[in-house]
Amino acid sequence: MTTQQAAAIQVHGLEKSYKDLHVLRGVNFEVARGSIFALLGSNGAGKTTAVKILCTLLKPDAGTARVNGFDVVTQAADVRESISLTGQFAAVDEILSGRENLVLVARLRHLRNPGQVADDLLARFSLTDAGSRKVATYSGGMRRRLDIAMSLIGDPPVIFLDEPTTGLDPQARIEVWQAVKELAEGGTTVLLTTQYLDEAEQLADRIAILHEGRIIVNDTLDELKRMLPPAKVEYVEKQPTLEDVFLSLVGTKA
Amino acid sequence: MSKHFFGDTTVLLGRSLRHITRSPDTIITTAIMPVAMMLMFVYVFGGAISIGPGTSYVNYMLPGILLITVASGIAYTAYRLFMDMQGGIFERFQSMPTARSSVLWAHVLTSLVANLVSLVVVMLVALLMGFRSSAGVLAWLSVAGILVLFTLALTWIAVIPGLSAKTMEGASAFSYPLIFLPFLSSAFVPTDTMPTVLRVFADNQPVTSIVNAIRALFAGQPVGNDIWVALAWCVGILVVAYAFAMSTYRRKIS
Repeated sequence: MTTQQAAAIQVHGLEKSYKDLHVLRGVNFEVARGSIFALLGSNGAGKTTAVKILCTLLKPDAGTARVNGFDVVTQAADVRESISLTGQFAAVDEILSGRENLVLVARLRHLRNPGQVADDLLARFSLTDAGSRKVATYSGGMRRRLDIAMSLIGDPPVIFLDEPTTGLDPQARIEVWQAVKELAEGGTTVLLTTQYLDEAEQLADRIAILHEGRIIVNDTLDELKRMLPPAKVEYVEKQPTLEDVFLSLVGTKA
Repeated sequence: MSKHFFGDTTVLLGRSLRHITRSPDTIITTAIMPVAMMLMFVYVFGGAISIGPGTSYVNYMLPGILLITVASGIAYTAYRLFMDMQGGIFERFQSMPTARSSVLWAHVLTSLVANLVSLVVVMLVALLMGFRSSAGVLAWLSVAGILVLFTLALTWIAVIPGLSAKTMEGASAFSYPLIFLPFLSSAFVPTDTMPTVLRVFADNQPVTSIVNAIRALFAGQPVGNDIWVALAWCVGILVVAYAFAMSTYRRKIS
């Protein structure tokens, strides 16, 4: 089948404006199946707009986008079967328990065994003990983990993570990174947006930089590093970063 | 309409009803204000208001109090919808292979259930305060029908700020004029003592005909033309509010 060979995400000449504000001015990129693709950009660069178009939440003004082989405008329902979105703010139901949140999504994805699906994911994301507690009592990291767990229900082949670690503490960030890596190892295609360069560096197979509505570079990390002035050899005392200090003091989890 | 519309609406209705059972204070708060008004009007002002012989004042003002109950109850409808929009869970549902309009319908049905429960609470307090009705089964069913239509009409009005408000206060402020409207009607005093301009307004605004129709039904009297005017108002408001709410909704999801 052609859809199996084609890239998981294909974006050509995507444009979107809000009144006079041209957010996307012709965006092109492709994401290979099973890879992690990072869309990097400063605040307001248009990352979220691009993700919303790919998730069928917004319609583009011009250009085409295909996700899992389906056009986001004309085959929106098929796209929604193929994806899941973890938005900028953890989209969880505070009043329900963690387990109820998972069961809810499993039901809405019309799966046969919602309770079983929920229990498996709670275990996988170390939330079993907190499963019956109201989400309002969860920490930021637990909420994000639940949020990502909710996105995995129904095993969608393409997952969008919009700034998944914004506002998280360093430990929670590492937990999220771990979850994303495991996803890609399982064959899921991941598109994530971030404004943290180290996040892209840690996770992504390919990195694209979105600037003023266009993709200005799109390459692997090694290639990107080669574009910059050649490496100089300097001798610098290796100081631990504040993050290293913080993590060693509070003790990181594996 | 998607083949999953009814199933998905049921799942989402279960979710919002669970919200209500976990914070029953929304039902209590909805009922408290009308009950307080009822106590004040019956025991403080009631003795000084002349409504003609043969009618107890509780019987006279209960229909207006019921409409105020609905008007204050739908503020929570807007609030619940607003919270879903803010929290990103609305976008999560919209990016899933779920019947899209189910999200809206679940809120509408929840509003109906919550308001009917509040109405029953207010009605029980009125019974304790001496409300008596000689209405037969058909008359009670007619009252229930009018209240259901009225609640649906106001609920669709509430959907508009729920979808488009920028702040929580904005989402519920629209209900104040609706709560105030019964005071400028025949709900608490006969309109013939009002100054001409006010009387013309009072006699021709929707609340008066709805109140008169319910009052006549409760008293077991012929309803005359009032019931048709009342139904016309309810259906008219319902249709217009629904059209505006749907166009607001379509703008939100495209």
